[in-house]
Amino acid sequence: MILVLQQVINGVMLGAVYVTVALAFNLTIGILNFLNFTIPPLFMLTAMVAWASAQYGLPFGLSSPLNWAAALGDGIAVAIAASLVVERMTFRYMKARYGDATEHAIPLVSSLGFLLIIENLVRMAYGTEPHRFTTPFTNMNLRFGGLIVSIPQLFSLVLALAIVFGLSRLLKYTRIGRALRSIAENPDASLLMGVDVGRIVPVVFVLSGLLCGVAGAIFAINYGQVYAGMGNEVGNKAIAGMVLGGLGSIWGAIVGGVIVGVVETLSIHLFGGDTVQAIVWGLLLVALIVRPQGIFGHHAIGKGKL
Amino acid sequence: MSGYLDGMAVILALNVILAYAVFLPVATGQLNLGGAAFQAVGAYAAAYISTQYGAPLPVILAVSASVSGLIAFVLALSILRTKGVYLVLATFAFAQFVSGVIINVDALGGALGMTVPEHVGGGPIIVIAGVVLVGVMLLMQTRFGLAMRATHDDDTVAELMGIGVRRTRVAAFTLGGVLAGIAGGLYAFYFNFVEVQTFDSLSSIYLLLFVLLGGTQTVWGPLIGAAFFTIVPELFRYVVANMGGASAGQLDTSWRFIILGIITVVMMVARPEGVVTRTGLGRLLGNRRAAPREA
Repeated sequence: MILVLQQVINGVMLGAVYVTVALAFNLTIGILNFLNFTIPPLFMLTAMVAWASAQYGLPFGLSSPLNWAAALGDGIAVAIAASLVVERMTFRYMKARYGDATEHAIPLVSSLGFLLIIENLVRMAYGTEPHRFTTPFTNMNLRFGGLIVSIPQLFSLVLALAIVFGLSRLLKYTRIGRALRSIAENPDASLLMGVDVGRIVPVVFVLSGLLCGVAGAIFAINYGQVYAGMGNEVGNKAIAGMVLGGLGSIWGAIVGGVIVGVVETLSIHLFGGDTVQAIVWGLLLVALIVRPQGIFGHHAIGKGKL
Repeated sequence: MSGYLDGMAVILALNVILAYAVFLPVATGQLNLGGAAFQAVGAYAAAYISTQYGAPLPVILAVSASVSGLIAFVLALSILRTKGVYLVLATFAFAQFVSGVIINVDALGGALGMTVPEHVGGGPIIVIAGVVLVGVMLLMQTRFGLAMRATHDDDTVAELMGIGVRRTRVAAFTLGGVLAGIAGGLYAFYFNFVEVQTFDSLSSIYLLLFVLLGGTQTVWGPLIGAAFFTIVPELFRYVVANMGGASAGQLDTSWRFIILGIITVVMMVARPEGVVTRTGLGRLLGNRRAAPREA
């Protein structure tokens, strides 16, 4: 029993990473109706850049190897910058020319292009093998009876929740938030109402880049290890979490991400590591068939032509 | 023909079949991010049947095509209620699920893969690819092909004109599944080995991209896309190898994907409808009627 409970705790902690990445997905899909496949590689990019800056310092000999915090900051900055580049190249040029069914998938398709570019650039630059990323917090644990809670993981969970809270406040009460929600409702109408859509859309990408960066940093601190395939592994689970929780719903991202984390650790514990993929995605497939809008999803999101 | 060229021709033929497998759903306006999974189903069905029962090859191929077609049909029936992004997600989830299941089934060799006893040479595969190509072209000329096009261009209007949009979509998706199953079966027989890692999400993405970049408005698009992305990387590999890179292996595949990524991004900015378009083709053939009428 205590073992199962421990797995649930681990799952919730793992879920914190999924929640943060799922939020990044949710922002772009909820506001721009754009399934952004560059989010997993951005998450991976943050961690890999952080590792590289801690190992070698900034490029072109600008500095000596950075300490862990500066390195993570560097990684997050790179992720945000890359996210803005993605915005320039994907979303900005989306124009409806014929209005047919697959045309609205243009940003999605070019985000797949970016996925290939970022993923493979990292593979070429830093290799595919895992690298160690050490922080002072490695192996700091709290013990409650027989249960172990790692302090950095607890911290990341709190951080993830704080971000979600902050984001929901931002969307609800600020001017930018109101502009973002109006774009989500109807981009044309909000343009007519004086929302500078061209200026506001990059905000979404900055926020999602930031979220990917934070998730990457959390992952690097918690697991002490970064590798080129982590975007694929973690990012795809985050997609699962997002869909389970409901597309476009902030609280859905939390619930879905945590569910996926717990299901993952429990199925590793009960059935072995190989079964995770089948169980998580089988669950998701069933969810999509039975209740496509997810637990908290709004029925309208994703219904229009993609 | 040298062994190398022979191998290239077979890979090209398989990619052409797969491209049409992805093209059929896309031509009705459904993005399929699970192309490689249907191929995996076909390949594993063929491998399992030929090791366990050993039927004649055409029979095995027919069975593996039906298995993957049936799965596509069931999936299409249940998920085509959803549209747009949900469909993309569902096919993506399906692909992950399939490889997750295959890894866990011992009868299918798990992560180790499966050896396939029977072999098919390059000749029949190329012939089948030709048949698929001609078949899809003829299909697009029929009333059903027209219905597919109408569904793609505007499903509301198509519905109003009396086209069963859902039926058309399910049928196209199922046919795509059948074609992917054939490609999978042929893959298994040609390489005599199937391994689930071959059919990962990256290869599904790759497939979808070369169909979209080729262009989905006409039947020629997937052919051009498949040909381009099979032949050009090989030429590129030849160049890289001759420049004398010691670590050509990893470097080469990475470069290949980076270039595909760059082409994708640039194409989506400049010509999102793909290389081959209806009007472009019409102009090329000097066919006046195909040119768009200025309104």
